[in-house]
Amino acid sequence: MSAQETKEKQRQEEAPEAAPQQPGGKPGASRGPSLAWKLGRYLTMPVFLVLVCVGLYLGISSRDLDSIEQRSLSGGYIIQKVVEHLQITVVATVLVVLISVTAGVLLTRSSMRRVSPYIVAVASTGQALPSIGVIVLIAVVFGQFGFKIAVLSLIIYAFLPILRNTMVGIQQVDRSIIEAGRGMGMTNTAVLFKIELPLAIPIMLAGIRTALIIVVGTAALATFINAGGMGDIINSGIKLNKSTILITGSVLTAVLALSVDYIAGIAEDILKPKGL
Amino acid sequence: MNDAAENQNGREATIRLEKLSKEFPGQEEPAVKELSMEIYEGEIVVLVGPSGCGKTTTMKMINRIIEPSSGRIYISGEDVTDKNPDELRRHIGYVIQQIGLFPHMTIADNIATVPKMLGWDKERVSKRVDELLETVHLPNSYRDRYPKELSGGQRQRIGVARAMAADPPIMLMDEPFGAVDPITRERLQDEFLRLQQEILQKTIVFVTHDIDEAIKLGDRIAILRDQSEIAQYDTPETILTDPADEYVEDFIGSGASLKRLSLSKVEDIKTAEWPVAKLTDGHDSVRRKMEQSGKDYVLLLDEREKPKRWVSLSDVEHDSIPLKEAGWPAVAIVEANSSLYDTLDTMITSYRGSAVVVDDNGGYKGVVDFETVLTSIEEMRPQEGHQAPGYIADREDLPS
Repeated sequence: MSAQETKEKQRQEEAPEAAPQQPGGKPGASRGPSLAWKLGRYLTMPVFLVLVCVGLYLGISSRDLDSIEQRSLSGGYIIQKVVEHLQITVVATVLVVLISVTAGVLLTRSSMRRVSPYIVAVASTGQALPSIGVIVLIAVVFGQFGFKIAVLSLIIYAFLPILRNTMVGIQQVDRSIIEAGRGMGMTNTAVLFKIELPLAIPIMLAGIRTALIIVVGTAALATFINAGGMGDIINSGIKLNKSTILITGSVLTAVLALSVDYIAGIAEDILKPKGL
Repeated sequence: MNDAAENQNGREATIRLEKLSKEFPGQEEPAVKELSMEIYEGEIVVLVGPSGCGKTTTMKMINRIIEPSSGRIYISGEDVTDKNPDELRRHIGYVIQQIGLFPHMTIADNIATVPKMLGWDKERVSKRVDELLETVHLPNSYRDRYPKELSGGQRQRIGVARAMAADPPIMLMDEPFGAVDPITRERLQDEFLRLQQEILQKTIVFVTHDIDEAIKLGDRIAILRDQSEIAQYDTPETILTDPADEYVEDFIGSGASLKRLSLSKVEDIKTAEWPVAKLTDGHDSVRRKMEQSGKDYVLLLDEREKPKRWVSLSDVEHDSIPLKEAGWPAVAIVEANSSLYDTLDTMITSYRGSAVVVDDNGGYKGVVDFETVLTSIEEMRPQEGHQAPGYIADREDLPS
């Protein structure tokens, strides 16, 4: 259930990539909406998430729990799983951002223009594979289980959105702006860091947010290669046929994914360069 | 304009292009073929030609945004063909049609781009930004705005200010006024000319496809045909009165004689003798002046020498009508620095076919009528035998 929800989320997130020009075209975004509207926008999601958690808590505590359920639903255990889940997510996201942004920048350099379509094609296959397949396959190929393998497969899985958005973001920068920069004597490096990357940031951020959502959702599958995370709760719910555990695990995974997305959205708003 | 001609005998060219060629891969014909030209200090040279003639490529080879395939580029005597291009470009102002302001930087940061690269300290940069905003007539409060908050004309001004930031001796401008509406364009052109005359005195290479813009702005115009071959490279006056060949003639288009008029100012031609009197003078003295001069009308000025009314003999016959209300108001007034073209336009629409010339303060300087304008047009013509056939046809059209 959680995986499905996350998939849904992914699809929504991919919309901005389809129209890469849009982030730049919003007129007066900096001074448009009123304060009340802004506050409303920022507060709706946390209020909703808190309500869901409170509802879940009340629902569970009103029931009689057996010893297995009590163990699986204890505060300490849940927090441990949340922490594991976030560890996988954060490490994988940080690494994938570093790798794919670098790759995106390199692939848009004029000397790499010829090979870039092939590399993008390879990256696309990574995402075309089903996530559970990637995770298990990699574990089998490396003959290992655990945290590192989970992170590696998540990196492969989340590589494409960031790579593609970095490339699109850089390529959509108006050529005349770059020419003006070159014409004033900016070096290639200066053009990259002062013009291309800042102007690509809105689209890159959209890609990173998408990747983050993919990672936080797919990390639930890490349980199958013994890497922990929220998947452990869901999985034990399924195995033990305990719907209380299953529902708690799924709902909490969804809440976690939505929270991460919410925070990423705020970060996006803050990090966007002014004037665009 | 004449300076340029003098410079050619002796002083070194600021920009000298020597057999410059550019071949783009995959194209059979070169875009620019063995172009040689010299551009002297402080002049505006306009490269003008049809689309695809290589004028922009030529300009972009000067700061090596496009690297030439062969040939040499000299700037102030130094061969810069193999110099570090970034270093070279920091000392050449560059304005393009799309302006290319950095949308994520404030106006101040945009303007400060080159000074910062040259390592100026903060205070100097900030002072320079203030200075430039004033130069291009934008309020200081624009410093912290972003480009998207400005109108097209304002952005263009910032583009020019940014190019001038480090005070480069040379500016390259590629259709800088091409993307704004005609009214703004004219205003920007006037402003640009005023800047160049009063402050800049820079060596400017200006690319346009608009011959009227070329005539208006250029000290010299290079009319280019395909592959940047120079068809004629001369002052606008010479090009208009004495086009080198049919191609140039076609390119100038019809109405060359009229365009020529926009190059001369009314202060440069002799004004007609005309009787004037003060509003405070009596009717008698006005009548006397009219009789003495033999003209049918007298121009009345107020106490600050401003032209007020035209009166004929019949208007001043009766003392009962005060001079302030006699005759008809003098409305066809042109300033001394107006072009002959504008003056003629005013004269045609005026009641008497004449216009009053005034100085900056609106004080009377003289009167021009059709006869004086015709005489000066006569003087502009090149020597007999030099004329292109088309020109004679124009001449016959003019009433004498």
